[in-house]
Amino acid sequence: MSPTIGKTGAARLNSVGRLMLVPSVGALLTWMVIPLAITIWLSFQDYRLLDADQRHFAGLANYRGLFADPAFAGAILNTLLLILFVLAATIFGGILIALLVEAARIGRSLLRVLIISPFFVMPGVSALLWKNLLMQPISGLLGWLGGLIGLAPFDWFARQPLLSVSIIVAWEWLPFAALVFLTALQSFDAEQKEAAQLDGASGLSMFRYLTLPHLARSITIVIMMETIFLLSIFAEIFVTTGGGPGTATTNVAYLIYTRALLQYDVGAASAAGVVAVVIANVIAFLFARAVGRSLDS
Amino acid sequence: MKRIATILLAAALSSCSGGNRDVTTLTVATVNNSDMVRLKGLSSAFTKAHPNIRLNWVTLEENVLRQRVTTDVATRGGQFDVITIGSYEVPIWAQRRWLLGMDDLGPSYRADDLLPAIRDALSAKGVLYAAPINGEGSFTMYRTDLFAKAKLVMPQHPSWDFIATAAKKLNDPAHGVYGICLRGKAGWGENMATIVAMSNSFGARLFDEHWRPQFDTPEWKRTLSVYVDLARNAGPPGMIANGFNESLALYAAGKCAIWFDSTVAAPFVTDPKTSVVADKTGFAAAPDAGLGRTANWLWTWALAIPASTTKAKAAKSFVAWATGPDYAKLVAGRFGWAAAPPGTRTSLYANPAYRKAAPFAEATLEAIGAADTHHPTVKPVPYVGVQYAAIPEFQGLGTEVGQQFSGAVAGTMTVDQALDAAQTSSKRQMAAASRQ
Repeated sequence: MSPTIGKTGAARLNSVGRLMLVPSVGALLTWMVIPLAITIWLSFQDYRLLDADQRHFAGLANYRGLFADPAFAGAILNTLLLILFVLAATIFGGILIALLVEAARIGRSLLRVLIISPFFVMPGVSALLWKNLLMQPISGLLGWLGGLIGLAPFDWFARQPLLSVSIIVAWEWLPFAALVFLTALQSFDAEQKEAAQLDGASGLSMFRYLTLPHLARSITIVIMMETIFLLSIFAEIFVTTGGGPGTATTNVAYLIYTRALLQYDVGAASAAGVVAVVIANVIAFLFARAVGRSLDS
Repeated sequence: MKRIATILLAAALSSCSGGNRDVTTLTVATVNNSDMVRLKGLSSAFTKAHPNIRLNWVTLEENVLRQRVTTDVATRGGQFDVITIGSYEVPIWAQRRWLLGMDDLGPSYRADDLLPAIRDALSAKGVLYAAPINGEGSFTMYRTDLFAKAKLVMPQHPSWDFIATAAKKLNDPAHGVYGICLRGKAGWGENMATIVAMSNSFGARLFDEHWRPQFDTPEWKRTLSVYVDLARNAGPPGMIANGFNESLALYAAGKCAIWFDSTVAAPFVTDPKTSVVADKTGFAAAPDAGLGRTANWLWTWALAIPASTTKAKAAKSFVAWATGPDYAKLVAGRFGWAAAPPGTRTSLYANPAYRKAAPFAEATLEAIGAADTHHPTVKPVPYVGVQYAAIPEFQGLGTEVGQQFSGAVAGTMTVDQALDAAQTSSKRQMAAASRQ
């Protein structure tokens, strides 16, 4: 702010600035509010696409149906388990990869390109890759490798469906985490490291007391970013297990899909959507607070 | 500046009202199977003969197609002028007056040439509502070399007992050959097609006359026990991820001794270009359990015209061309007779050239003829459909039940638990749809 503008001038400028923000904020709000309002309104309707003439107000029936649906609690649990597994795998794996790449003397930029590439494979495509080329028990690579050491083919999607889906998703998100950690490591103060080395610190304690605290912020960022996206994992489940066997891999997003597009029940799908939005907001709020706290400290 | 604007405006106006005033553009939604892809490729023959009609193709995967077309037609969106639907949709949509009748496709269409089972499946109250592109039944494919080696003879009409014995005997995982391949992927058009068709042969039905789900009956227990037993003792690992395409790949690679599935697989498994067992494949009828019903199913992909279209005349001339008797000749001329779309017309099966090119012709014809969409099972049913019930609820219900059944194959639940879950969820869905 230039000193020639007085305090009142600054305030005026501020209010003009705010006024100029109105259209974009308004557009954003409309963009968000109208679909949400329609979804909420639809969630109180008994609206089946194939019997649209029978459409009527249904009160809380859709919500009651959702909470009474035995698949719903399972879907929430599956959503959380999926997030937890993928977070754990990407954070541990990501730190490991970042440390290895950081230690590499030559070809670091090539390595970085190679590592980030799975992130750009479309979810549906990577699910197909894993399902047909890697995890397929008869013709897949993993089965073949197991066969070399005399292991019987393991039927991934039948025996460990949720773990299998988690592995695929973790593979997709590992590059993201690794890249964030690598960037953080590269900003690490070399002098501090040298000082610790002179003091005779072991590699392990250097990692424990220097590297890990340095990575703390990036870890929280990775947790938050990934959680937001992992709440709505769909393509990987759709392609590999179709939510099964049983409902072993049905998460909330997939449950909404089955209601909306297999049963054409707009009301029930909207109710599930509203509940999913609430859950996502609660989780995002909790994480945002946790991140804020770690940034303060 | 003004002059330029005037010129531009004039140009724009003239291009709107100009020479192509009479051109009709039809938007055709279709499924990405080989017959339809071929139709799209050959459709230039139609547009050449009809210069005032243009075709705008929307080719989609089956599930996506169904969702797009259903939402468009149900909301009267009017995006499509010609749609590809199956025998499941026709009775439901015809009742809602969402489709135009197809009884006026002209004399050259020869509706009386359609196979009776197919024509019936696409009709409601005697009116044809969709014109079939291809038709399919189910039958048993088997490896003649493995059967000979094991000194087994496949009967022309095998029983489930024989199939189970043979499958277990031929199951040889150490050499990469599995006794039987079946659809295991959850979905009303995937594992449920196989299992519901099987259930008919065991005397089970989906609903009784009062629309009560029947998964708690002994007939269903027998069906699912046989299916799960076959899958676990003689099926390939990974079966719960196998739909039609995955099973086809396994069989064509020589990994299945027996494969019970759709007749549309036959042209692929007998083609040396796509199958290593082309000359070692035999065909038998769908199995039965001695109750007078085989595990047969009936399906057909067909072209229909939504009632919301404003281009009915052009749409009808396209449908009549694409599904008429001359179209098969066009395909045969380009790709050989074996590639002609199967399962729709009597004349195709009376054609000696086709018979010679297609060793599976007789088995296909018999499989299609063995299905009756109005009387699919031993006991009477309130629904139309062999491997499905043509009610709107069935898609969701069938898929949910299919998931429970794949759970039984995976071993996460027992047969009893899966049937319990299926009964509970279908009762809930039927109640929610106020059918009970």
